[in-house]
Amino acid sequence: MENNTLDKAVSADYQLGFEVDIETDTIEAGLDEETIRFISAKKEEPLWMLEIRLKAFKKWQKMSEPHWAHLNYEPIDYQSISYFSAPKNAPDSLDEVDPKILEAYKKLGIPLDEQKQLQGIAVDAVFDSVSVKTTYSEELQKHGVIFCSISEAIQDHPELVKKYMFSVVPMTDNYFAALNSAVFTDGTFVYIPKGVRCPMELSTYFRINALNTGQFERTLIIADEGSYVSYNEGCSAPTRDEHQLHAAVVELITMKDAEIKYSTIQNWYPGDEDGKGGIYNFVTKRGLCKGDNSKISWTQVETGSAITWKYPSCVLKGDNSVGEFYSVAVTTLAQQADTGTKMIHLGKNTSSTIVSKGISAMKGQNIYRGLVKVAKSATNARNHSECDSLLIGDQCGAHTFPYLESKDNQGQIEHEASTSKISDEQLFYLRQRGISEEDAVSMIVHGFCKEVFSQLPMEYAVEAKALLNLTLEGSVG
Amino acid sequence: MLTIKNLHANIGDNKILQGLDLTLEAGKVHVIMGPNGAGKSTLSKAIVGHYDVEVTEGSIDYKGKDIVKLPAEERALEGIFMSFQNPTEIPGVNNAYFLRTALNAKLKHEGKEELNAAEFLRVMREKLSSLEMKTDMLSRSLNEGFSGGEKKRNEILQMLILKPDVIILDEIDSGLDIDALKAVAEGINSMQDGKRTFLVITHYRRLLDYLTPDYIHVLKNGKILKTAGVELVDKLEEEGYDWIKAE
Repeated sequence: MENNTLDKAVSADYQLGFEVDIETDTIEAGLDEETIRFISAKKEEPLWMLEIRLKAFKKWQKMSEPHWAHLNYEPIDYQSISYFSAPKNAPDSLDEVDPKILEAYKKLGIPLDEQKQLQGIAVDAVFDSVSVKTTYSEELQKHGVIFCSISEAIQDHPELVKKYMFSVVPMTDNYFAALNSAVFTDGTFVYIPKGVRCPMELSTYFRINALNTGQFERTLIIADEGSYVSYNEGCSAPTRDEHQLHAAVVELITMKDAEIKYSTIQNWYPGDEDGKGGIYNFVTKRGLCKGDNSKISWTQVETGSAITWKYPSCVLKGDNSVGEFYSVAVTTLAQQADTGTKMIHLGKNTSSTIVSKGISAMKGQNIYRGLVKVAKSATNARNHSECDSLLIGDQCGAHTFPYLESKDNQGQIEHEASTSKISDEQLFYLRQRGISEEDAVSMIVHGFCKEVFSQLPMEYAVEAKALLNLTLEGSVG
Repeated sequence: MLTIKNLHANIGDNKILQGLDLTLEAGKVHVIMGPNGAGKSTLSKAIVGHYDVEVTEGSIDYKGKDIVKLPAEERALEGIFMSFQNPTEIPGVNNAYFLRTALNAKLKHEGKEELNAAEFLRVMREKLSSLEMKTDMLSRSLNEGFSGGEKKRNEILQMLILKPDVIILDEIDSGLDIDALKAVAEGINSMQDGKRTFLVITHYRRLLDYLTPDYIHVLKNGKILKTAGVELVDKLEEEGYDWIKAE
C-alpha cells in the first residue's frame, strides 16, 4: 500500500472550521479575581455562587498543571485567554436568536427549529460562553423534567445546584476542574424526577466561535429514583492558528434504579498536520451511581482536538450498580489523545464494562489510560475491559496503560488488549471486489468501531459514522 | 476476451513468470494445472493487480486495453473476479453490508441504479439457498470465524452477486468436502452463459469432473508449456508433470 495514498485517505479537511461574524461581548484576555467577579456579574448570579467561584480560584492558584499524561504540548498561557464571550443581545425566544447563530448551527447540521423537534430531540446550544437556546423545554416540563442552561439552574433551582454541584467532581479534584469551577460560563443542567423516563433524547451542542476564547462549560445531570435519560453532546470550533483551551466538567448522579446514558461526539478543531492550532481539550467527566441498581453508561466518539485529556469515569457506590465506557478515539494529523476511564467499585455486586477502540493515523498518538479499582467493600465486583488499537500507516503510535487495584479477592476482572494494522491483504480483498481504497479503509475502520457505534442512539450513530468518514477519508478520489 | 503476451512477473526478487502467453476465450472454461511453485497463483495475482506481484514486461489486454497498470479496484469493476485461496477475515464488517457495497459499486460503475436494502436482501436469499448457505452468514462479520468450506462458499456467493465477466478460481476446491465441492461447482456452472470466461486453477481432477473444461493449460517454469483438451487431465494424474517440456 502506498503511503501517500493512505495519507491522503486520512487527512480530510476539517469541515466545520467556519467562523461566524456576529457581535459579541468579549472581555479582554487575562484571569484574576476581577475576571471572575465580571463573569458572575454578567450572569447576575447570587452571591453564594460568586463565593464558590472565588474559593475555587484561590485553590486553583495554588495548584499546578498536571503532566503525567503521555502528551506533548506547548505550555498554556492562562493569561492570554479571554474567559467570557457572549453574543450580544441575549435572546428570550427562538425568534430573537441572532439569525447568524441559527445559520451557524444550521451549517453544523443542528437546526434549532422545527426540524430537530420533529425528530424528538431537545437541544441546548452553547455558543462561546452562553447558552443561546434550549428547545422543547415546555414539553419536558409536563413530565417534570428540567432541561436548561446551568446559568438558569443557578437562578431557578439553587437547591438542586447547591446540593449536587461538586458532589461528584470536587472543586479541587484536579487543576482543570478547579479552573472550570472558578470560570465556568455556561453548560447544561438536567433533572429527571422520580420514575420518569425522559420522553426524548436530550442534546447540547457546544460551539467555540470567538478568537482567543476558552470554553469552560459545566454540565450537571441528576436522574432521581427509577428514572432514565439519554443525553448527547456535540461540539466544534473554527479553524484557527492558535490553540484554544476547552476545560469542561461533567457530573452525573443516578439514584436508586436510575440510568443515565451519556453520549459524546467530540469534533473540536484538531489543528493541522504540523500541530499548528487546534483545541486543547482537558475535560473531567465523572458519574456517581449513588443508588442501588443504578447505571451510568458513557459512550464517546473523539475525532477532534489537538490534545485530548479525558477520562469519563464511574463511581459505583450503590450495590448492583453498573458502569460502562465505550470509546472510539481517532488521532490523525498531529493529534494526541490520552483518554480512557476509571471504574471505582465500592458497592457489592457492581459491574463495569470498558470497550476502548483507538485509531491512529499519520502522526497521531493514541493513549488508553484506564483504572479499575475494587474496594474491600465491593464484594463480587466484575469488570471486563477490552482495549483495541488500530494503526494506519507507520508514523503513528498507540499505547495502553491499564491500572488495576483490587482489594477484593472474589471479584472477577478481565482485561483484553490488541493492536492491529489495517493489513494490505484486507485492503486488497475489498479492492478486488471493486471497492475503492478509501472506502475499503473506512469499511475496515467502521468494522473496528462497531461495538462502540452500536451503543449510540441511532441519529448519532449515523452522525458518528459520517464524521469518521470525513476524518479518515476526505479528499481522495 | 483476455490476452496475455510475454508476461514477466516477479514476487520480491524472485522471477516467477517468464514470458507467459495465454489467451482466454469468451464462453470457455480454461484450466491451469502445474507443479507447485510453477507460478499459477502469481498468474492470477498478476491479472487482478495484487500488490505482491510486479509485472516487469509484457501485456494483459482486456476489453481493448492493457490493464497491467490499472488499479485493482478498476479491474474488478471492469468485470475481473478472483476467488481467494485463503479469504482474509475482516472483523466487524457485516458480510451483507460488504456484499451490498461491492455490488452497488459495480452497478454504479455500469451506470445502473443501486439496489436498496430490501431488493438486495431478496437477491441474497435466493443465492444463499442455491449454495445451501444459512442466512445467518449475512449477519456475521466478513469471513470471521468461517470454516474453510464457509469461506469458499462465501467466495462463490460474491461471484454470483457480482456477475463478473472473467472469473478466476484459485484452488477453490482445496479443503472442501464432497457436498461443498458440489455446491461450489453448481454455483460455477450456473454462471456459464456462453460469454463469461473461467480460469480454474487446481491440482486435482475431482473439481473438473463437475465442470466442463474446454482447455487444460500446463504452467511450468513460468510459462504455459502445453495446452490441450480435457483428456490431458488423465495423463497428468497418472504421469505428473515431469514429461512436459517446452513445445
